[in-house]
Amino acid sequence: MNFTLRVWRQKNAREKGCLETYQARDISEDMSFLEMLDVVNENLVKDGIEPIHFDHDCREGICGACSLVINGIPHGGKKGCTTCELRMRNFADGDTITVEPFRAGAFPVIKDLMVDRSALDRIMQAGGFVSANTGGAPDANALPIKKDTVESAMDAAACIGCGACVAACKNASAMLFVSAKVSHLAQLPQGQVERVERVRKMVARMDFEGFGNCTNYYECEAVCPKEISVKNIARMNREFLKAITK
Amino acid sequence: MSTVQVSSGPAQTSSMVLSSSIGKKLFMAATGLFMSLFVLGHLVGNLQIFLGQDQLNTYAQALKDLPALTWSVRTVMFICLVLHVWRGIQLYFENRASRPVRYHVNATVQASLASRTMIFTGIGIFLYVVYHLLHYTFIVTNPQYAGLHDALGRHDVYSMVVLGFQNGWISAVYVLAMLCLCYHLTHAIPSFFQTLGLNNDKTRLRFDIIGWLIATVIFIGYTMIPVAVLLKLVILPEGGM
Repeated sequence: MNFTLRVWRQKNAREKGCLETYQARDISEDMSFLEMLDVVNENLVKDGIEPIHFDHDCREGICGACSLVINGIPHGGKKGCTTCELRMRNFADGDTITVEPFRAGAFPVIKDLMVDRSALDRIMQAGGFVSANTGGAPDANALPIKKDTVESAMDAAACIGCGACVAACKNASAMLFVSAKVSHLAQLPQGQVERVERVRKMVARMDFEGFGNCTNYYECEAVCPKEISVKNIARMNREFLKAITK
Repeated sequence: MSTVQVSSGPAQTSSMVLSSSIGKKLFMAATGLFMSLFVLGHLVGNLQIFLGQDQLNTYAQALKDLPALTWSVRTVMFICLVLHVWRGIQLYFENRASRPVRYHVNATVQASLASRTMIFTGIGIFLYVVYHLLHYTFIVTNPQYAGLHDALGRHDVYSMVVLGFQNGWISAVYVLAMLCLCYHLTHAIPSFFQTLGLNNDKTRLRFDIIGWLIATVIFIGYTMIPVAVLLKLVILPEGGM
């Protein structure tokens, strides 16, 4: 397969970037999007051009390192799929593909397609610790939790913190990410001690980092590679309402 | 972008109510709710035009005879409207500023058109409300309405409405404004439940349907009046006004 790529190139955070056009030739349809970029980069190196910088790590859809906005959609638009798992067969031979970094004021570009997503880590830090009893590991089933609750908490915990929700939101809001983290612990007995403080602090930090406000577009949910539901945002709103009236 | 206090320790509850992003949502939801309730109440009043001149004018006179009620409702509505519009515009610019460098390719996966046009339908409604107040409430644009009285000497609201809507342009603007209002509500009503944290996967479709239903009822209810006037189903009373 052959593709024409329009890729965002930017030297560093200070300099202005622009879209550059590259050709991707002889690409196997079974390659992932990142492997396709690897091939393009090899050719760029051969031609003495600086390779395209992008984030990646596990390349199996669980680490949350890969990003990229492909043709306007974070992770390329295949449901429940990260960029590293997106196969080139999802595109048509000869397609022109535009690749941009995740864009948000809170995600400054480091270089090319790499952005600094540490704002999400700082929100996690603001959430703080979970109080736990010391001593030996608790016995299995010593703390019974309803199956539905476990499932719901686990669905929220599936968030890999990639930031696609922010990139997709027309307001660059981080509500889906933060709500997944809040929902995960708010539903479990282990998260009860700091429950009220956690939501207050995480929302305050989220606002401080300069993310936009949620206006219920639900674009976040549509692009989330872990298919986190916006019901978590409703839960966080509820948690927040309880916290500020306490 | 508004400045937000850094919170290293416990966030301050009182300041977060309105300054936090979720507080702003709650604020929009609360002011929006009051205005939506008013729109429904106003519709019940307006529909009395179909019961004839006497009924509508009696109703209008009854409201006039309760100045404490009408003026307190007007005051609350005025405050809600100004704050909702002002905050809405502020949020629009704040949200735009959250992404200083825009995408070259913009795509939308599932955000509804109504959700993406809230600011525009909102401004449309606001401009219409200003005109509507000048037209029917304070009778500035058409001062001749002020002299309309019925047989009992009451202000003839019935004839004022019929005369107003006999003008095709006024009716067209009215219907357009109702489209803006109802389209705004199709996103606003489900958003209200989401913002208050009452939504989940099971209720989501239900709230969407409720939003469309209420919006449709409001649209049909209000639009029936100018349509009935233009179709001459509602006409000026015989023997003058």
